[in-house]
Amino acid sequence: MIALPAPKPEILARREEIVAALRTIVPGDGVISEPTRLKPYETDGLAAYRQVPLAVVLPTTTEQVAAVLRYCNETGVRVVPRGAGTSLSGGALPLADAVVVGLMRMNRILEIDLEDRFAVVEAGVTNIGITKAVEGDGFFYAPDPSSQLACMIGGNVMMNSGGAHCLKYGVTANNLLGVKFVTIEGEIIDIGGVHLDAAGYDWLGLITGSEGQLGMVTEVTVRILRGPEGARAMLAAFKGTEIAGAAVDAIIGSGIIPVALEFMDKPCIHACEAFAHAGYPLDAEAMLIIEVEGSVAEQDDLLNRIKAICERFDPISLKVAESAEQSLAIWKGRKGAFGAVGRISPDYLCMDGTIPTSELPFVLKRIGEMSTQYGLGVANVFHAGDGNLHPLIMFDANDPESFRKAEAFGGDILKLCVEVGGCLTGEHGVGVEKRDLMTVQFTARELDQQRAIKTAFDPQWLLNPSKVFPLEGAPVPLAAE
Amino acid sequence: MSDLIAPADEGGLAAAIAAAHAAREPVAIEGNGSKRGLLRPVQAARTVSTRNLSGITLYRPAELVLSARAGTPIPQIEAALAEKGQHLIAEPPDTRAIFGSDQPATLGGIVAANLSGPRRITWGAMRDHVLGIRFVNGTGEVLRSGGRVLKNVTGLDLCKLLAGSYGTLGVMTEITLKVLPAPEATATLLVAVPDAAAGVRALSAGLGSPFGVSGAALVPGEPLLAALRIEDFAPSVTYRIGRLREALAGFGDLAAIEGEASRTFWREVRDAAPLAARPEEAVWRVSVRPSAGPGVAAAADALGGRALLDWGGGLVWAAAPATEAAHAAIVAAAGTSGGTCTLFRAPEALRMAVAVLPEEPAPLAAIGRRVKATLDPAGILNPGRMRAGA
Repeated sequence: MIALPAPKPEILARREEIVAALRTIVPGDGVISEPTRLKPYETDGLAAYRQVPLAVVLPTTTEQVAAVLRYCNETGVRVVPRGAGTSLSGGALPLADAVVVGLMRMNRILEIDLEDRFAVVEAGVTNIGITKAVEGDGFFYAPDPSSQLACMIGGNVMMNSGGAHCLKYGVTANNLLGVKFVTIEGEIIDIGGVHLDAAGYDWLGLITGSEGQLGMVTEVTVRILRGPEGARAMLAAFKGTEIAGAAVDAIIGSGIIPVALEFMDKPCIHACEAFAHAGYPLDAEAMLIIEVEGSVAEQDDLLNRIKAICERFDPISLKVAESAEQSLAIWKGRKGAFGAVGRISPDYLCMDGTIPTSELPFVLKRIGEMSTQYGLGVANVFHAGDGNLHPLIMFDANDPESFRKAEAFGGDILKLCVEVGGCLTGEHGVGVEKRDLMTVQFTARELDQQRAIKTAFDPQWLLNPSKVFPLEGAPVPLAAE
Repeated sequence: MSDLIAPADEGGLAAAIAAAHAAREPVAIEGNGSKRGLLRPVQAARTVSTRNLSGITLYRPAELVLSARAGTPIPQIEAALAEKGQHLIAEPPDTRAIFGSDQPATLGGIVAANLSGPRRITWGAMRDHVLGIRFVNGTGEVLRSGGRVLKNVTGLDLCKLLAGSYGTLGVMTEITLKVLPAPEATATLLVAVPDAAAGVRALSAGLGSPFGVSGAALVPGEPLLAALRIEDFAPSVTYRIGRLREALAGFGDLAAIEGEASRTFWREVRDAAPLAARPEEAVWRVSVRPSAGPGVAAAADALGGRALLDWGGGLVWAAAPATEAAHAAIVAAAGTSGGTCTLFRAPEALRMAVAVLPEEPAPLAAIGRRVKATLDPAGILNPGRMRAGA
């Protein structure tokens, strides 16, 4: 289990006073302090960790957010920002002495401009909500994390969320134009705008993916893109993971960048097929789902090129969708992969390392060996084009020993990712989950440099405490100006 | 010209910076010095250059990843990529003509200035493709951020902070980039438009189409030309140019150029070649919402200057007489729509006299000073490069 800092008794003792002060800032039912109503905020997508917060505040305006942060800063109260609470790394996990600032009530779409191709939305608008607002005109918002029906754009900015289509369209950072940023001191700052490149330091780039360590974001300006004429998928199954990996290399080497290139190993294929009956080949060791875009004729051309490449690798089966319906059927199993694993195991941990794609066969082999060693099942699904792995480690949450082993197994996988030249997290963020592994990827000085930058934004270290940075290694004091 | 130190390796560069830090002596930071005319001149007795940190250190075409030392000339990287049928995604400009330099830009210089070309409209800026960096901070420590994989959200993203920081926060020594396959074919549809506003509407129509336009510029001349580029496999280029012709027929007379003619056309847009000719003029790079581009172009016209619009109208390269009044007029035109303006090229006197970059809001500037102090506590790296006294 990952340690959480002890709550400050002097803050717990002031609970009623803090709640009363928050109620003067956010009137009505926007401040929650009753234990039964706090319960839903005790965890996020990393459900193994739970902690009921001191209070929850649900502001409806940027000014309220600023006033709440200013109050917390002046009185030394820790703050945990929250969107939809879908973080898989515990990014929104509360502390007993912290106030959760939830942005779900800030869910208005403020402006859509198709001519200049941007949308301005509040942080609590869901990821899919942006696309829904513009798809009638043929546009979409590109990053598409698996949780896109629920997750909110403010959380996407803070975690720099990715998705299945980022090989072509990039991650959140590549699709932002501006944010309304609120500092812990309560200052409201417009960063970026509706133009592509702001002059001066790239604060937008630094804030994106900062996991709530630097401040909060209440409004987001995103690029919206016109969608392609159409898209279609194919499925290619192979006798070995090395062979499938070589096929991926050959596809990219031919100059084709598919809009999605997903890889599933045998346990994952079996779990998904049992769940979705998508017609996946059960004798395959590895399977690719490859999607291309364009007109029907362009799709045919690209899929034929890819099919010809795959045929060089002795495939077990190649199935090109003939229609949008067949495409959906191919995707059905992949999109239900997490749910499918949930049916064959009571609980699972979803890992998120990235590796150089050439290391894939070695890494999958090592994960298989670790699975035997720990006695826990694992299914691998990953974004093959960019090397972002999602091993799903199966365990039983009712058995503390099983959970302990699952965490250790996950830690070993992530250390392996770093060893082969990759990183701890490709899109889920460090959060609580990977905090103590940061020393595997960074030197002490590199972590201190990052901590010092946090201190420049949040001198008292009140924002999203106990996440990202290992607890040992005290907050770095401000350098003298 | 100050004394030039060009260390042979990263350790030597770190030692030079550490010595400057210990002595509290400011240093100018550069690669080949090809953009000395950009922003403000640095007053320093010594210049530290990355030019001898050169060479590609890792290139894995199938992984879409290339690493090179910061002093590697851009043409050398482009040539290595071309050999494997790949390219630099952001298509950075060659600034030799505009700055009258005979030196090619280095990778470190292009990233430190976050300079992107026409493909930025669809495929992202230079900073979007920086996967990892090694850099020396202002005390002489060697640090890393990011890595060599395509997706990485581990820790604070100092790659983006340093990209576009013009050497004021650290000296990058090695940079890892995402690269992509170069297109098999390319062609450009040219639309003769009556004025800039109509031209930007044509570009918006093209960018709002499903055909994946990878360049959208408005080039001055008789007639004024709105240009839309398609880069893809050959059958797709033919098909998409045909569909764009249908979509844009109402905007003016149409013509198409392809292959080398199209590539030459976009190199000139990329390098703002139509504005480079008169070195006595000032050049501004203005970033605005695309529909506001014509307003900035009109301001340049009113000053007796010219403008080239890229990024669908959202990037205005404006040229006009190098006066404080002209600078104020261009800055004001950029500001009306909430955009930002960089004085890109001007005689030194003007660059010293005006704010070459927009001022930041006070709370952000205060955070910026604190962040700068964490990386360069003695304030020795490129003082005054971006703003007077900073």
